[in-house]
Amino acid sequence: MSRPKLEIRDLCVTYDNGTTRNDILKHVNLTVPDGAFISVIGPSGCGKSTLLKAISGLIPISSGEVLIDGKPIDGVPDKVSYVFQNDALLPWKSVLDNIRLPLDLKGLPKSEQKAEALRLVKLVNLSGFENYPIQRLSGGMRKRVALARAFAYDPDIYLMDEPFGPLDAQTRVVIGEEFTRIWEKLGKSVIFVTHDIEESIVLSDRVVVMDQSRGRILEEFPVELSRPRPYYLSRFEPRFKALQRAIWQSLSAQEEFNI
Amino acid sequence: MKKDRKNGSPGTAARRRTILLGQILFGVLLFGLWEFCSGRFFKEFWISRPSLIARRIYELALNGKLWYHLGATLQEIMIGLIAGMAIGVLLAILLAYSGVIQHWIGPYILALFSLPKASLAPLFVVWLGIGLASKVAMVILMVVFVVFYNIYEGIQNIDPDLDSMIRSFRGNWRKKLKWVIFPSLYSLVLNSLRISIGNATIGAVISEMVGSSHGIGYYITYSSSILDTTGTFAGLFIIMAVALILGGFVSLIEKKILHKS
Repeated sequence: MSRPKLEIRDLCVTYDNGTTRNDILKHVNLTVPDGAFISVIGPSGCGKSTLLKAISGLIPISSGEVLIDGKPIDGVPDKVSYVFQNDALLPWKSVLDNIRLPLDLKGLPKSEQKAEALRLVKLVNLSGFENYPIQRLSGGMRKRVALARAFAYDPDIYLMDEPFGPLDAQTRVVIGEEFTRIWEKLGKSVIFVTHDIEESIVLSDRVVVMDQSRGRILEEFPVELSRPRPYYLSRFEPRFKALQRAIWQSLSAQEEFNI
Repeated sequence: MKKDRKNGSPGTAARRRTILLGQILFGVLLFGLWEFCSGRFFKEFWISRPSLIARRIYELALNGKLWYHLGATLQEIMIGLIAGMAIGVLLAILLAYSGVIQHWIGPYILALFSLPKASLAPLFVVWLGIGLASKVAMVILMVVFVVFYNIYEGIQNIDPDLDSMIRSFRGNWRKKLKWVIFPSLYSLVLNSLRISIGNATIGAVISEMVGSSHGIGYYITYSSSILDTTGTFAGLFIIMAVALILGGFVSLIEKKILHKS
């Protein structure tokens, strides 16, 4: 068996402001094979986002290790793209500028930045909107720009923090389907944080359930649905339903489960 | 796509025409009423009348006095505005990225900000004389705090996720300046310039009224000291026109530079 793309060993994250200590993550262990799509699900405040931030090096780790390709990370690792819940786009810049940002940070010449950004604009179905400022785009279009920007960085691991959360139900399905289609061609690893059980099943190879208050992983459910999956219609399969029920029970069995 | 409109903001061309027409009509009504009441319900001596004010402004323009006073006032506004903006912006950036120092100095700036600035005008005349310097100082004082707070808060309000985003793509601080901080300052500076024009004008006029030998403020005080209400109103209207024209000019630049529709 090949080495896992990402390995989290005994990860703890503690916020300590001098007077109170708050354990956000406690002894989290997780292995992500290369090219796997993992969803992390759990109620608000369970530490899902903190887990992503720790992997991306945006917050310091208290103890334990995060290994990418077997090497522990030191600061913000290379080859990781973070997709923020609220997109984190530059509102005063154009679609094209937002997408070429990671390429500029990588130091590519401007002509290459532009060519690659234009290719990605097409990939996420935004042709014709290249020069629109972000302020004038709808929520779904902004999400497409945010995804295109993540693709532009061309990472090995995508960290996605409830990226489809703010979208309405229908746009959510459309964007989710498009993202899955692109991801299936890329074959890169994804860690996808969500609180939507259906979304977590339809997207992933494995669903990881986090504990409400203890900041640890409770259970893992492999998703044995074949790919490519019909993004919406999958939810009516018996195996899907059984999994949905099992994950729901795992979540609702938590004592302090109250949203 | 383009609509993104807030409540009551002008939308279509037809709607914009209706608004413009209404604005003109309202002005005509207001000045008509003034013209009509003057000499009928109120003595002309007290409230003058629009036709007299217009004639006075025309006369002042012809005999050159308008340009003499206006030139002085505009000079004070311009120098003070530019200096005040520069000081305010610089101070805001320095303090916003000064770490703990901003908390030491913050309360003192707030205390100064809450001073009634007009009361300092006589002091400036004592310190700097009745020439240009005391006027410019007053304009700077009127401008600098508003600019400072506008920019300072603007920097604090830059979405922290944008900072995380730049870091997550392994961007250094120079890239952060280029992509996040400068572009957001851009619109903040223009915005504070627009709000500052009114304040700068007030500062110049107040200072001229306290002690000077020329300027629109001087003309207003002079006129009212000889009970010339028409002259006083003429001065006030000239000041309003200055503030409106300068403000419109900045709005135009804003629209051109930022993608505001």
